Amino acid sequence: MPGPDDWSAIRLTLALATLTVSLLLLLGTPIAWWLARSRSWWKGPVGALVALPIVLPPTVLGFYLLLALGPQGPLGHLTQALGLGLLPFTFPGLVVASVFYSLPFVVQPLQNAFEAIGEGPLETAATLRAGPWDRFFHVALPLARPGLLSGAVLGFAHTIGEFGIVLMIGGNIPGRTRVVSMQIYNHVEALEYGAAHALAGGLLVFSFLVLMAMHALGGSRRVWR
Amino acid sequence: MSAGIQIRLHQRLGAFALDAELDLPGRGVIAVFGPSGSGKTTLLRWIAGLQPTVDGVLRVNGECWQDGASRIRVPAHRRAVGYVFQHTVLFPHLDVRGKLEFGLRRVPAGARRVALAQAVEMLAIAHLLDRATHGLSGGERQRIGIARALLTSPRLLLLDEPLAALDLARKQEVLPYLERLHAELDIPVFYVSHAPDEVARLADHLVLLEAGQLRAEGPLGATLARLDLPIRLGEDAGVVLEGRIAERDMHWQLARVATPAGALWVRDGGQAIGQAARIRILARDVSVARVLQHSSILNTLPAQVCEIASDSHPALTLLRLRVGQAEVLARLTRRSADELALAAGNTVWVQIKAVAVL
Repeated sequence: MPGPDDWSAIRLTLALATLTVSLLLLLGTPIAWWLARSRSWWKGPVGALVALPIVLPPTVLGFYLLLALGPQGPLGHLTQALGLGLLPFTFPGLVVASVFYSLPFVVQPLQNAFEAIGEGPLETAATLRAGPWDRFFHVALPLARPGLLSGAVLGFAHTIGEFGIVLMIGGNIPGRTRVVSMQIYNHVEALEYGAAHALAGGLLVFSFLVLMAMHALGGSRRVWR
Repeated sequence: MSAGIQIRLHQRLGAFALDAELDLPGRGVIAVFGPSGSGKTTLLRWIAGLQPTVDGVLRVNGECWQDGASRIRVPAHRRAVGYVFQHTVLFPHLDVRGKLEFGLRRVPAGARRVALAQAVEMLAIAHLLDRATHGLSGGERQRIGIARALLTSPRLLLLDEPLAALDLARKQEVLPYLERLHAELDIPVFYVSHAPDEVARLADHLVLLEAGQLRAEGPLGATLARLDLPIRLGEDAGVVLEGRIAERDMHWQLARVATPAGALWVRDGGQAIGQAARIRILARDVSVARVLQHSSILNTLPAQVCEIASDSHPALTLLRLRVGQAEVLARLTRRSADELALAAGNTVWVQIKAVAVL
């Protein structure tokens, strides 16, 4: 049975994932829309930048974020100037790192969904008197709903599963930055295999269910015409 | 403010150029006719504001929608057009009622001239209102697309081959509704088509495009009778006459239609006396005789040869003839024309083998 420390880690993890996904949907939707519709030269570089966390080891991202957010880093200067203090080894720091780390998992399904809509529905909406924002909120977003859902689910699951970046930025502080993956690591280090099993097994079942849900979502996707 | 539609368009799209200078009537059905790739759809998209060009001039019944010189370009969603696409995109996240109301709700209440009930009745789609998108037939989709466009109370209706994606049976299903639009709406309609029979049936005014260039433009009857053009219509060269049912002969099941060309007997289609009837006479169904012959052909009228021109095949020749107040085309072999020694100004008899009431 999970102990009080485990429950604290679970609460922290869920809070982190929820906050991260909320921020990612706000931040990732305009990025995905731009990537799907732009013909700008910048589309390539921006797309690659967004996708970097997929291929980089989390420690690399964590290392540079640590430097950037640290007292000598540009983001560190900024947060200090804004009176927020330094973000490494705090919960807000974890959120910032998670947003970067999970960005492609939200942006890419959304971008694909936006691209799949094509010009037809948007042009039709324009001839039906819908302006650009109206078209986005009442045609593009509803039609991209499957992408929105799978982006949210993937982003959530991916944030829960992160380890390396949490270790670099969060620093394994109980109750503040010690998430489930850290807690499992601690249990294993302390040879508490039973407690590790409870958390690891839970994570395993959770991830499996998430992927099942994704499959179900994909299956219900209908042709937009 | 001048009525009518003024178009000054010179657009270059890669290797393709679209040039059209048109002053069109501000009402009735304007058929935009031409082969695939002639720029018909591009013209309609430009009118609707869907093409990114800022150049050109577009004025619709006194409203300026585009004027390149003054950098005026009203965005698509502020142009009062109703656009029916070849493949209607119905929003799958809305049921049929929601689809119809999408445009309606975006028009200020004071500017609405078409009510939901009216459009639903006109296109006979009341039974579909609570249906979802899937399971709708092609004909039903197009009817919903037309109703949806009408509900935005457009000042201009753009129909881009609304029948092209439908099979023959579905075409027959939708065509009557288009004719009803023609009869009941007092807004101008652009009707893009490459089907001559649709044009003959629906159009009042004809715009002929070819490879992005304007070939001809004018009232349907006069434009169809032009000899420098029928080549574009190939087998379907012919004229359209507006007439009225004058008499019904119950014994022979025939109806007499009074047309500018004179009286024509057609099969009785059940229309009441006095009803307007549009009649189409194809050039290949008209033959010419020097003397009045006793033949099986019902409709024989005196005519005068106006013009003789070559046709699509070197063996054939096309004649433009004045018949009463109208003009009719006849397609003969060159040999027949030679044997009859036909020349402009000759008085002859035309025998019309088939008359189609549209």
